[in-house]
Amino acid sequence: MSIVKTKNLIYEYLRRDEDGNVEGVNRAVDDVSLGVRRGEFIAIVGHNGSGKSTLAKHMNAILQPTRGTVWVDGIDTSQEEQVWAVRQRAGMVFQNPDNQIIGQLVEEDVGFGPENLGVPTEEIWKRVEESLRAVGMYQYRSHSPNRLSGGQKQRVSIAGVLAMRPQCIVLDEPTAMLDPSGRKEVIRAVRELNSREKVTVILITHYMEEVIHADHVYVMDRGRVAMEGTPREIFSRVEELQKLRLDVPQVTLLAHELQQRGILLPQGILTTEELVTALKSCEWPHGKSETGGVQADEEAQYGIDH
Amino acid sequence: MLRDITLGQYYQTESVIHRLDPRVKLAGTMLYIISLFLFENIAGYVLGALFLALVIGLSHVPFKFMVRGMKAILFLLLITVAFNLFLTPGETLVRLWKLNITREGLHNAVFMALRLCYLIIGSSIMTLTTTPNHLTDGMEKGLRPLKVFRVPVHEVSMIMSIALRFIPILLEETDKIMKAQIARGADFESGNLIKRAKAMVPLLVPLFISAFRRANDLAMAMEARCYHGGEGRTKMKPLVYQRRDRLAYLCLLLYLGCKVAVGVLL
Repeated sequence: MSIVKTKNLIYEYLRRDEDGNVEGVNRAVDDVSLGVRRGEFIAIVGHNGSGKSTLAKHMNAILQPTRGTVWVDGIDTSQEEQVWAVRQRAGMVFQNPDNQIIGQLVEEDVGFGPENLGVPTEEIWKRVEESLRAVGMYQYRSHSPNRLSGGQKQRVSIAGVLAMRPQCIVLDEPTAMLDPSGRKEVIRAVRELNSREKVTVILITHYMEEVIHADHVYVMDRGRVAMEGTPREIFSRVEELQKLRLDVPQVTLLAHELQQRGILLPQGILTTEELVTALKSCEWPHGKSETGGVQADEEAQYGIDH
Repeated sequence: MLRDITLGQYYQTESVIHRLDPRVKLAGTMLYIISLFLFENIAGYVLGALFLALVIGLSHVPFKFMVRGMKAILFLLLITVAFNLFLTPGETLVRLWKLNITREGLHNAVFMALRLCYLIIGSSIMTLTTTPNHLTDGMEKGLRPLKVFRVPVHEVSMIMSIALRFIPILLEETDKIMKAQIARGADFESGNLIKRAKAMVPLLVPLFISAFRRANDLAMAMEARCYHGGEGRTKMKPLVYQRRDRLAYLCLLLYLGCKVAVGVLL
């Protein structure tokens, strides 16, 4: 059964000039139908203005569809009296870590969601501890959020959502404002939640490296779903991705370029290890497999991406 | 620049005063301030000082932190003293050019200054020993009866705790904008008062824009986490009176009783 489902979802907003007169209608999300199964790790990618964030905000009933329907755990998000039920089931993590932490201590922030839900005090403490442990931030429970790094703050935000016991977590570009190490930290936490706690994850991002671990990828362009499939399927279409102004992970790009030069490699290589094994076992046009092996080992040493 | 305001600065240490319920400390501070203005006699002031010294001793906060809070009101203190000293009519003690220092004036000036000092030290004990969020919690619960008069107690305390959370963030941002504007040739340091005030405009405009944007984001994040006002909300850290809190109330009443007795009898 689908945990999140959209059918012919359309979202339009009015474009206004400086005097507030309506200039025209922008269609941010255009006829999107998708279904997310329980326990899945879904990635939605797209460049700026592709409508991916707008789509995400529908899953938490922050935005209401202009046309079409969104269901979260079987609840139609346009039913006003069900708004809180929807938001409890589909937690949302936003881009800016500073602007979504409400509490003055880490544990208080994580407790904010359960407090709003009216959870009894002892149960709140239990949930706060569990959620902080799940993202590896338990030892920071009595710190001020201001002293944490960006990646740590985002992990606290994720814990804050987890404490509400959601069925699925929607992360709206959680890594956009972080440095590379913070980005890795957050993605690792998200993947662990998905694999260990079986939480459904919907990750919105424009970093293609973050997509490779997803079960299913949607590529958005101008409000529509332009491509969908497993990461391997998506990344085997390098030219199409580049046309959509999306970066392809370096390893995939390298493999693609090598293929173009006539080296026989499998489609959609996602990690350095894959490329290394593929290069070692592949037939070289001029029969120099020795040099190939050295080159690949070197690459593995530099560890372009894991 | 804005970092050395003691009011609202928590001094972390372990003490009885720190562990008291914030409602006790709020009520205590209020009552203490009122008691300062109740009677005017030397014994009363001595009693006030003794009580203050006792609380300071119990709080384990170094005295210099309380004095630091006084710096902010030094100017106010000097004006008060000057006005009382020179403008109180009565028996002339010293005559300086056209100004008379009278016996009553001297008396008033000294006691007014003392009162102000007690008041500031008394209230900084509260802010030094209570975390700001404890304080807002205390206010929310302590002022709950005001709900009958449609005072939005929960909302006000939520606003205050959010403001407290964002003060350091906005300070940092101010610093960043300031540096960015200095790099573009802005001059915040030179010129007279009006010129300097005008120079603040390129600092304040971006700061306000960013603050509004943050507020918008925060509101969305709060709603996404099911915040819908104080109705039906539970507390992660509910305030419950302990034995020490009741004892503290008792001490407070004792002090008030002594103060009144001293005021009436002497």
